Amino acid sequence: MKYALLIYENAGSPPALDDAEQRSVRAEYYALRDEPTCVSGGQLQPVQTATTVRVQDGRMLTTDGPFAETKEVFGGYYIFELGDLDAALEMAARIPATRMGGSVEVRPLVEVPQRVED
Amino acid sequence: MLERVFREEWGRVLAALVGFLGDFELAEEAAQDAFATAAERWPRDGEPANPVAWLIATARNRAIDRIRRDRTLAAKARLLDVPDRTEDGLTEMEDTIPDERLELLFTCCHPALSLEAQVGLTLRALGGLSNDEIARAFIVAPETMKRRLSRARTKIKLAGIPFSVPPQHLLPDRLATVLTVIYLIYNEGYGGRMELAAEAISLARVLCDLMPDEPEVHGLLALMRLLHARAPARFSAGEPVLLGDQDRALWDGELIAAGRAGLERALALRGRGPYLLQAAIASLQCEEPIDWPEIAALYTELARLTNSPVVELNRAVAVAESGSPQAALAIVESLDLDDYPYTHSTRAELLRRLGRVPEAADAYRRALALTDREPEARFLRRQLALL
Repeated sequence: MKYALLIYENAGSPPALDDAEQRSVRAEYYALRDEPTCVSGGQLQPVQTATTVRVQDGRMLTTDGPFAETKEVFGGYYIFELGDLDAALEMAARIPATRMGGSVEVRPLVEVPQRVED
Repeated sequence: MLERVFREEWGRVLAALVGFLGDFELAEEAAQDAFATAAERWPRDGEPANPVAWLIATARNRAIDRIRRDRTLAAKARLLDVPDRTEDGLTEMEDTIPDERLELLFTCCHPALSLEAQVGLTLRALGGLSNDEIARAFIVAPETMKRRLSRARTKIKLAGIPFSVPPQHLLPDRLATVLTVIYLIYNEGYGGRMELAAEAISLARVLCDLMPDEPEVHGLLALMRLLHARAPARFSAGEPVLLGDQDRALWDGELIAAGRAGLERALALRGRGPYLLQAAIASLQCEEPIDWPEIAALYTELARLTNSPVVELNRAVAVAESGSPQAALAIVESLDLDDYPYTHSTRAELLRRLGRVPEAADAYRRALALTDREPEARFLRRQLALL
């Protein structure tokens, strides 16, 4: 099954890390990306860079900022191919954000048929 | 007869089907079909030599029929490769049906489900209680319970909650969740709905058979048996009766003996967990005279494990019964447990023993203000009047 591990970071001041600590946290994120079961992943630029789009009466409306102001902001994600929820939960617990005031939401992906080449 | 088979074997039949079909809802429907078929045929043809094997085979065939008919179940088509088995030519496989109730129990008590769903699913899947029975036991509308259980079944399927006994490194936490669920079911029953208490004891017995080397499983079963043995004496004409005033003739001696045997087993397995400690306390409380200093020591150990102020409050009671109300009062007054009526009723009783009557009366009034159970309120008013 494919699982999305959605990483939420605390919007408040992040814990101050020195260079060595930052390097080691980054290495943990890379190690997860390099797991053979990792399908894809990505880190988002800070929430200040967000633009929200709606379409009303055929007109595009854009607003500066995220969809909702919340305490936790969406910071990035991984997609993993894993056997069951237990494996996904264990993988999620390895994400550094979970011990730095953030959390990870684990959601299974809907299985869609593969695209047929014609 | 069928009713007995249903009570005893529903869990095994359902577990085998969930294992085979990989689908909770389909398995439940198939199991129900099979029991309905049995209700038709057994009175006419007699009970088969191996009822469980018959029920599982019948349910499998029903499920396979449904998979053939129902295109939305196409993903299950691989199951159709299994050769058809006749329902009555099955006796040779009777010893080879694995018991998968443990897998089922760990699925139902998976921490990714809400605690309410865990409890409901466990009662439904292992205990064979109907949706309406579970709803009644937890005082919610049947529709609410139906939605809750159906949401949980859907999550099991879509989120890939495994049907397996957790690997060793996850087992301690996951077993603790299972024990919590069973004890919660027991406590719902201890508050008056006795059939739930009996259900919890029977779940723990099954778990003991399936995990015979886990001391806390024996500890929990022993604890519930020892508490249950005293249940008939806990109320008299609807009024709660304190331990010291209970009519011991009403206690169930056999259940106490069974509880103590389980406690011995748990100790022999070198257990020292919270359920074992509580069972040891419950066992000492069945003795005459009661060894209160030993009980106080066990509560000290339990408080270290659980960090629970309620345990500390119980320790205070044991310290007082050991002859040190002053020390007990110091414990109670150090607790951060101000909204709990028993904190104040305990404090009141200790103050009364120390001759501090006006303070005792205040504490009883405080406890009364926090109590919403009428029998306990009556008890407190009587104590207040006696001052």
